[in-house]
Amino acid sequence: MLAIDSLRVAYGQSEVLHGINIDVAPGEILAIMGRNGMGKTTLMKALMGIAKSTAGAIRLDGSDIAGLRSHERVARGVGYVPQGRMIFPTMSVEENIQTGLTVTGEKDVPCDIYELFPVLLEMKRRKGGNLSGGQQQQLAIARALACRPKVLLLDEPTEGIQPSIILEMARTLKKIRDQRSLSIIVSEQVLSFALDIADRVLVLENGEVVHAEDRASVDEAKVASFLSV
Amino acid sequence: MFGDYTLGQLGSIFVMQGFAGLILFSVFLLMALGLAIIFGQMGVINMAHGEFMILGAYMTYLTSKLFEAWAPGLLAGYFFFAMILAFLASAALGALVEWALISRLYKRPLDTMLATWGLSLMLQQVYRSVFGAREVGVDLPPWMLGSWQATDSIEIPINGMFVMALTLLITIGVAILMYKSRWGQQVRAVVQNRVMAGAVGINTERVDRATFALGCGIAGVAGSAFTMVGSTGPTAGQLYIVDSFLVVVFGGAQSLIGTIASAFTISQSRSTLEFFTSGSMAQVATLIGVVIILMIRPQGLFATKVRR
Ligand SMILES: Nc1ncnc2c1ncn2[C@@H]1O[C@H](COP(=O)(O)OP(=O)(O)OP(=O)(O)O)[C@@H](O)[C@H]1O
Ligand SMILES: [Mg+2]
Repeated sequence: MLAIDSLRVAYGQSEVLHGINIDVAPGEILAIMGRNGMGKTTLMKALMGIAKSTAGAIRLDGSDIAGLRSHERVARGVGYVPQGRMIFPTMSVEENIQTGLTVTGEKDVPCDIYELFPVLLEMKRRKGGNLSGGQQQQLAIARALACRPKVLLLDEPTEGIQPSIILEMARTLKKIRDQRSLSIIVSEQVLSFALDIADRVLVLENGEVVHAEDRASVDEAKVASFLSV
Repeated sequence: MFGDYTLGQLGSIFVMQGFAGLILFSVFLLMALGLAIIFGQMGVINMAHGEFMILGAYMTYLTSKLFEAWAPGLLAGYFFFAMILAFLASAALGALVEWALISRLYKRPLDTMLATWGLSLMLQQVYRSVFGAREVGVDLPPWMLGSWQATDSIEIPINGMFVMALTLLITIGVAILMYKSRWGQQVRAVVQNRVMAGAVGINTERVDRATFALGCGIAGVAGSAFTMVGSTGPTAGQLYIVDSFLVVVFGGAQSLIGTIASAFTISQSRSTLEFFTSGSMAQVATLIGVVIILMIRPQGLFATKVRR
């Protein structure tokens, strides 16, 4: 599905990711764990074409997308839910989701999206900026799903969200994966959430993958030790 | 200065000067609309906006001459063709400039200001070489020349009403385009968060080019309207650019209603004051008024109130 091959990313002179290799299978949920500043967001941005990679390849279904611009990657099937949600604050909920329809050419928000997030249907005329943090997170996911991605990137979706909602989000994400058979890459610091949804867990430290393990055989204490300061 | 007139006369003067200012209002509104769209979209202050307007004015002049020479029977309707041609010419030049200049100076607002200022000088020279340094004017078709006798002391020029009606139509059209169309949605998304707009699949470069072209095209239409109040020369755009900036700032960038209200206030106060004092006094008085109001409301007359 998605194959990341010796990907290097630098901001100006300072290299942040030093050759990342990751393979994601179709329908797989991959959790990328790592403490603050270890390069999770940078990896997501590089996959999205927001941070420029200096070397390496990103192959989606076999073709390299590393040279493409963001909107072209979306058209190829990469959906992005950034850290901090980044919804369009002065646009209505409905309009926010519609922006995701640009590459599909659809006019109306597909109803399966409102089925996943009923609260968005209730609030579809409200301004995005006036939603609560949790609702904005749902909106950002809905917007990314609107472009019918093959791979969904979620950057710290649990940040600033209360535990009961986190549980529900895990359920929703698994449902999305099952319904649409897409792959999900989710960056996380909350171990319980990652273990709840992921098929595989991977630890990023100082721009390198230092640990990778299947969920079934994961050594919780070991992963936790990577995350503690 | 009001002392020499009776109350009834004053009323008529205000109404008539008000309507005389309609064309000025239209020019300001269209210019400011284009400037505000471009500034809102890409943070570019287009110093050459006046020259885009003058391109529209020259196109209008050319159309009138062409109609005179080849289709004198249709002369009455030349203005409609002229406006369309003015829009297309200025929009095409705008798209070219965006591609050749602006898109290369992306994220460097000072450089774009300098570059567009340089562009304005270049365009002025081009106009001088092509159309000559002498100012040219258009002959209005007869049906536009008269005025409508509202009461025995109030006359309203027909061309003023016509141009204002067209301007309001264009303004409404732009509002619908921005707030009801999918393209407008993309524009607003790019305005709010350019990076994120790209990451949801919007081709931000294409949106930029189209927006810049639209803003310049509207300036071209302003140039068409301008031919009715002034004569067209290579540097005539310079006289309008400052006032147009004033309209944008005064109205509060990003607010359509604000832009309309501010274009109206500024053009009306200029036109009314011009009757009682000289032209430059009117300009100074208007400017002082605007500065005072901006000191009280730095965000402009109307600013959008939304949590960000
Ligand atoms: N725009 C930037 N310019 C320069 N350096 C940057 C930039 N963005 C991030 N960095 C640096 O890159 C490194 C990785 O940052 P990144 O945002 O990817 O971390 P993260 O794992 O997402 O952290 P967090 O959990 O806090 O979100 C950090 O050292 C950071 O200082
Ligand atoms: Mg991060």
